[in-house]
Amino acid sequence: MTFQEISPADFFYRNRDIAGFTNPSRAIFASIRELVENSLDSADQMNIPPEVHVRLSEENSDTANESGTGVYRLKIMDNGSGISARHIPSAFGQVLFGSKYTLKQARGTFGLGGTMAILYGQITTHKPVIIKSSTGTSKIYEYKLMIDIQRNRPLILDRKTRRNKEQWRGTIVEYSLEGDYLRAMSKILEYLKQTALVTPYADIRFIDPKGRLYLFTRATKKMPPPPTETLAHPYGVDVETIQRLIRVTDCRNLLDFMRKHFHRVGQGISLSFLDFAGFLRTANPQRLKPEDVARLVETIKKSNKFRKIFGKVTEEDIKSLLKKSKSQSMLDFMKSNFPNVEKNIILHLLSSAGFVRTKNPRKLRPSEIVRLVRMMKRFDGFLPPDASCLSPLGEELLRTGILKELKPQFIAVSQRKPSTYAGHPFIVETAIAYGGDIPRKDDFVVYRFANRIPLLYDEASDVSVRVIRSINWRRYKVSSDMPLAILVHVCSTKVPYKTVGKEFIADRPEVKSEILNGIREVARRLQIFLSKQEHRAKERRRLSVFSKYLPKIAKFSTDLAGKKKEPDIEVLLRSVKKFEEQGA
Amino acid sequence: MKSKELESSAKEKKKEILNDLRGFGSNLYNQMEKGKFPWVEMPSRSTENIFYSPEVRQYILGDKSVKRSARNIRHIKPFTQMVWAGFFASELVKNRKTSTLRDVYYSAQAYEMSFKDQPDLETATGFAREDFNVFPEERSAIFGDLTIEYTVPGYEGKQLNLTSHPDGVMIGPSLVSSEFAKTGCDKVIAIEKGGLFTRFIEERVHKKFNALLVLTAGQAPRATRHFIHRLNRELELPVFIFTDGDPWGMHIAMVIISGSANAAHLRGLTTPDAKWGGVYATDIVDYKLPSDPLTPVDVKRLHELTKDPRYKGELWKREIKTFLKIKKKAEQEAFSRYGLTYIVDKYLPAKLEEMGD
Repeated sequence: MTFQEISPADFFYRNRDIAGFTNPSRAIFASIRELVENSLDSADQMNIPPEVHVRLSEENSDTANESGTGVYRLKIMDNGSGISARHIPSAFGQVLFGSKYTLKQARGTFGLGGTMAILYGQITTHKPVIIKSSTGTSKIYEYKLMIDIQRNRPLILDRKTRRNKEQWRGTIVEYSLEGDYLRAMSKILEYLKQTALVTPYADIRFIDPKGRLYLFTRATKKMPPPPTETLAHPYGVDVETIQRLIRVTDCRNLLDFMRKHFHRVGQGISLSFLDFAGFLRTANPQRLKPEDVARLVETIKKSNKFRKIFGKVTEEDIKSLLKKSKSQSMLDFMKSNFPNVEKNIILHLLSSAGFVRTKNPRKLRPSEIVRLVRMMKRFDGFLPPDASCLSPLGEELLRTGILKELKPQFIAVSQRKPSTYAGHPFIVETAIAYGGDIPRKDDFVVYRFANRIPLLYDEASDVSVRVIRSINWRRYKVSSDMPLAILVHVCSTKVPYKTVGKEFIADRPEVKSEILNGIREVARRLQIFLSKQEHRAKERRRLSVFSKYLPKIAKFSTDLAGKKKEPDIEVLLRSVKKFEEQGA
Repeated sequence: MKSKELESSAKEKKKEILNDLRGFGSNLYNQMEKGKFPWVEMPSRSTENIFYSPEVRQYILGDKSVKRSARNIRHIKPFTQMVWAGFFASELVKNRKTSTLRDVYYSAQAYEMSFKDQPDLETATGFAREDFNVFPEERSAIFGDLTIEYTVPGYEGKQLNLTSHPDGVMIGPSLVSSEFAKTGCDKVIAIEKGGLFTRFIEERVHKKFNALLVLTAGQAPRATRHFIHRLNRELELPVFIFTDGDPWGMHIAMVIISGSANAAHLRGLTTPDAKWGGVYATDIVDYKLPSDPLTPVDVKRLHELTKDPRYKGELWKREIKTFLKIKKKAEQEAFSRYGLTYIVDKYLPAKLEEMGD
């Protein structure tokens, strides 16, 4: 038996299926997708409307065999942030190296996709990748790279520096790969269309191997507010995270540690949590010195809030109380002598007066770290994470994107309030579009997005599709043969994907219920629209019936009565109309 | 003979009809002039408003009435059809033309109307569509010593004796609208089937029994029922009806006698004193007629008839019971088993005697 260690690059080389590079057709789709997403992310970071140009050309037609597989050259150019010269080799030549290991929403998450695409190109064609990038400085850097798979290191074959006369900023990636464009074509086009839908502020241009140009022009330059990087939420951390934080922190006590490194934890919550978790001690009243008593009284006197709650307290009062007390901690002492005051206010006072002691996080024993993490999950006093680290599209942009790509007759969009699962904030956006370019099929068209990435595979396993199937659509006057598109967008710092290939979202109950409520919301609005439309059609039919028959009745009656002039029925027709308008 | 009095009746009726139609139109016209949606009120023809009246001996409509308004989206189409039918009828009557239901259907298309034979106009005005000169396709005929005087254009005053054609004379619009001049007959014999009608003429039944022969050709058309009614009323002739010996034949006789629920809004279509002469179920037994077994549909129909208020009479009850007992039926032609003239020589005299002629 031989044991050997493999590098991350080697691991993904051997297991490329899990990253979505299953066959030549999937591989070409995944390559384009990963690189387009990197480009969009890098422009989003700079808060500039992205321009992404993709060109796929057939490199060598001899290599194309009967199965349709051939060698293609893929070139992707963007106007994003660009990559600084020293990071270029690692960013493209090392698996799991990236700028996205932070807690804010981005399309990519694993730092894997782009390099994986290049790795795939290398193993199928054994040709280097060419990267050109500039961050808008006076220079453009050009690298020719290959990946040392066994060592997970970039091999720099060549590097050039050019003058950046036009102050160009962005990145160009160009390399060769084996693929099957004909089979992947419909998915690629669908992917680009849906990307354009969910990124209405982006210009996307694609030239396919046949030389056909697909242009997805932006409908707006407005962009959603960029997400801010956020701290970890206590509910979402594990022992490893705490250990890493302890290694880097400069805090000397747990009270400060909690406040500084966790999301939405302030002095009050930090105090209550540490007390709840048993990591907080207060001074012993039996050993209090006169200056300690003076400091306590002074702290009460100085604060309006404490004065109001504790009333006028003198040093003599405290001293006499202390004489009678047998308490071993100031917390117990205060609690028994001020029974009407809430515990967190007493804690606040004691910490302000300097009677609170918490451990130095560096001195926590492993068992204590485990207990700390366990208590974090159990404590119910943490605030839910806020959504500033998320960047949902927003109702306006979502509407713009749908109008641009589907031109529907009716559209309803809804953004749910931020919610959390397991300490990860998420926001669900839903939309329903009716008519227009939406095809009439046997079933609804479902567009699934996660962090603005279209999800195209494994639809049946996705939570959104399950939710949609569970809804009784007849209640909303909807039948499955209607031209209807339902859109679900889940934004999160951690989208609950089921696979590395980012194809579908797992059944998290919290996420599921938000999706359900979001779809119900837009479905209700669709129902109102459909009812109104039905009503209008009915009224039109009604009016046409009246205007068809009333003149005939007038004519025949005139004849029967032996009169010459027909009665004026305009009044009657108008009255019908007026009634309808009131009724509508 | 009351021919003098009768002579004017057809013309009188025409005038009355035209007056009625004008009133009908004026009512609607005035409503519209006042800026109101036109409407009419008429007796309800719904099943809960149809009653069998023992006094009148036919189905009649009860007191419930319905309002048909052009304001109602569901009423306006039949309402327009009714007004159009009125308009069309008045044109026919004024111009003294007749028309069939098919004609009406196609004439309606000229006005972008669809036409259904719906009895709204009949119900609203109380006249039968035959009064408006609208007839279904005719199949029935009459033969015998009756002289009629035409009132139709081009034939006014012209007389015809109904023995003048050996196939009989078709009971059509001109015959129905004619006046009775004179007759030498003392009874009417109505026959369901054309074959037997021809046989009766050949065998000179009209002479031998001094009878007017009427062919109903299956279920008698409304015009024929009205004509039989007139023969009975105006000439006071007793009426005897001969049909096949099955529930359907019985009902042909019954509709001539007591009318149908569908025509409950009309009068003058029934002949309550007419008598059904057979073929009875008991005849099948007594005369040992060749017969067919009753079908399940026949049996079902017989059970329906037992619940029908028109079948309360002893004769009817007895025959229904016998049909159900022997489970057999026979056609009129079944008598041919005993020779072609048997029915005229033996059966008919016996029956007429039985019915008290």
